[in-house]
Amino acid sequence: MTRRVPISGVVWLSIGVLYLLVPLLATLLFSLQSGANHSLSLGAYGDVVRDSQFWKTLRLSFVLSLETILVSLLLLVPTAYWVHLRLRRIKPLVEFLSILPFVVPAIILIIGLLQLYNGTIHAPLWFLEKPYTFLVTAYVVLAFPYVYRSLDAGFRAIDVQTLTEASLSLGASWRTTLVRVILPNIRAAALSAAFLTLAIVMGEFTIASLALFQTFPTYINYINQTRTYEAAALSLVSFGITWAAMLGLLLFSRAPGRRAAQVGGTR
Amino acid sequence: MAYLELQSLHRSFGSFAALQGIDVSVGQGEFLSLLGPSGCGKTTALRLVAGFDRPDSGAIVVDGKDLTGVPPNRRDMGMVFQAYSLFPNMTAEQNVEFGLRIRKHARAKRSQRVAELLETVGLGHAGKRYPHQLSGGMQQRVALARALAIEPRVLLLDEPLSALDAKVRVQLREEIRRIQTQLGITTIYVTHDQEEALSISDHVAVMYGGRIEQVGTPSEMYGAPATPFVAEFIGTMNRLEATVADDAAVEYEGRLVPVTAARGRAPGERVLVLVRPEVLHVEPLGNGDEPAGALTGDVVSHTFLGSVTRVKVVVGDGELTADIATVRVDALPIGMRVLASFPAASARLLDLGDEPLPVAADLLPE
Repeated sequence: MTRRVPISGVVWLSIGVLYLLVPLLATLLFSLQSGANHSLSLGAYGDVVRDSQFWKTLRLSFVLSLETILVSLLLLVPTAYWVHLRLRRIKPLVEFLSILPFVVPAIILIIGLLQLYNGTIHAPLWFLEKPYTFLVTAYVVLAFPYVYRSLDAGFRAIDVQTLTEASLSLGASWRTTLVRVILPNIRAAALSAAFLTLAIVMGEFTIASLALFQTFPTYINYINQTRTYEAAALSLVSFGITWAAMLGLLLFSRAPGRRAAQVGGTR
Repeated sequence: MAYLELQSLHRSFGSFAALQGIDVSVGQGEFLSLLGPSGCGKTTALRLVAGFDRPDSGAIVVDGKDLTGVPPNRRDMGMVFQAYSLFPNMTAEQNVEFGLRIRKHARAKRSQRVAELLETVGLGHAGKRYPHQLSGGMQQRVALARALAIEPRVLLLDEPLSALDAKVRVQLREEIRRIQTQLGITTIYVTHDQEEALSISDHVAVMYGGRIEQVGTPSEMYGAPATPFVAEFIGTMNRLEATVADDAAVEYEGRLVPVTAARGRAPGERVLVLVRPEVLHVEPLGNGDEPAGALTGDVVSHTFLGSVTRVKVVVGDGELTADIATVRVDALPIGMRVLASFPAASARLLDLGDEPLPVAADLLPE
């Protein structure tokens, strides 16, 4: 038996699809007109991928993403674990803190950070001049709400206390408990935190620009201001990268044998 | 000699004293139940034994060794939890194997032991399934196998059956007892269900308000409750507040009732007379004659319980409960004036202290 889709549903869905696709199609068509007299050409794409700055900034942003993901998870997995296990009292406080980066605009954040590291405390030059240190520090703050909230949802879905105690009573150390029992069961949450972070860092412009670093988003901005067709092509390429990341999230979280299970509590 | 000893354990949470001096000893291979209403401290006591929590004072001694300061992962205690506690990312087999891997047992030895244990708990066929593919009862069986795999010094069970439905609960508790006897493992079992505790334990410790009220065999707990609380908590009990009269009798509602246990007590002493509903005899009141030693009252209700019917009789200001064979209960219709009596030797006496008696409604598990 096939279910009939109501007409109004089809209409609304079509409007939604058009809303999303028309700008993309327009951009695509525009990006293909870089030939002489607006003739069809892949030239703009060729220019994009031939530009060494494209690869350099793309690589930098990607490395920064991975570093931010790593630092965020290393900091926040144990934190969220401990908050759920032993410090449930301070949960509201941590949740409040995790909203702060939303409330504070990026421009304020970067000015504050610059002031902090270059005025209040005199951070060493190597820390300030390298994106791998200075920018990642800022990005960990930016990603904090997304990472903490994803992990929080993951920890909520399991009975942290019972699983931990079961593991300990079987003789496991705290490290083994975290690595073998807790982590595999919040894997999907950690992955979604990772991909959200990836998307944020790959698209972050304000902080990188104000701190005078050349990352992928600042490169896109530069191309936007200087070259017409290449800018459109670049937009689509960066769009594709984001989509690939999201698709990766979907595929990873569906890996076989690792389905989210009924955990703890009563049915 | 005691294998496991809890020595004057105290534990408070803020101003709430959860345990106020717990002393129990359990012999090797013995099955002890901690029984009590919710909030009585039984789970707190078990968590202290497991090492998940530390006592404010007191000691936990196993086989002569003081384990009070030892962390839970070095205590060798197998634990089965109330909540489903299997690791969701591992199959039943991997769950059972977990403790053996931690102990770095050889692979061949591990898989042999896992197969044996899953067979013991009747799940030899389900080893490859993940927890979400198992029923609640099966999950608790795997949890039991997992706890037993490490050959623990003591097996701790924290209301392992409370999330299961009635039929599975009875079946599984008998199996727990069978496996425990077969392996001869020292066990502490926490429950609020008296039927469960009485049916599978060697000894039962009834707890109330952070203290142990009485420890004894199930039949001692039922037949000879030592405190008013135990009398109220274990089974159904008629509690008659009476005064000792001369010569092995008490006065209740203006009547003299013979009670052997009153012999030797000072006349005028206030006592609590305990009579089980099954020994209370109820018969229709004949033509006006009221024999000595019996109480007169009116039948006010019948509660059908299968082979017996629980009959309530109001005697003056008091109320008596009698379990009458259902086939005989038609002779005692509601509203009938009846005589209630019990053999003088079947009643127990407790001192009626100044403290108010616990009320049955306070004792119900949540």
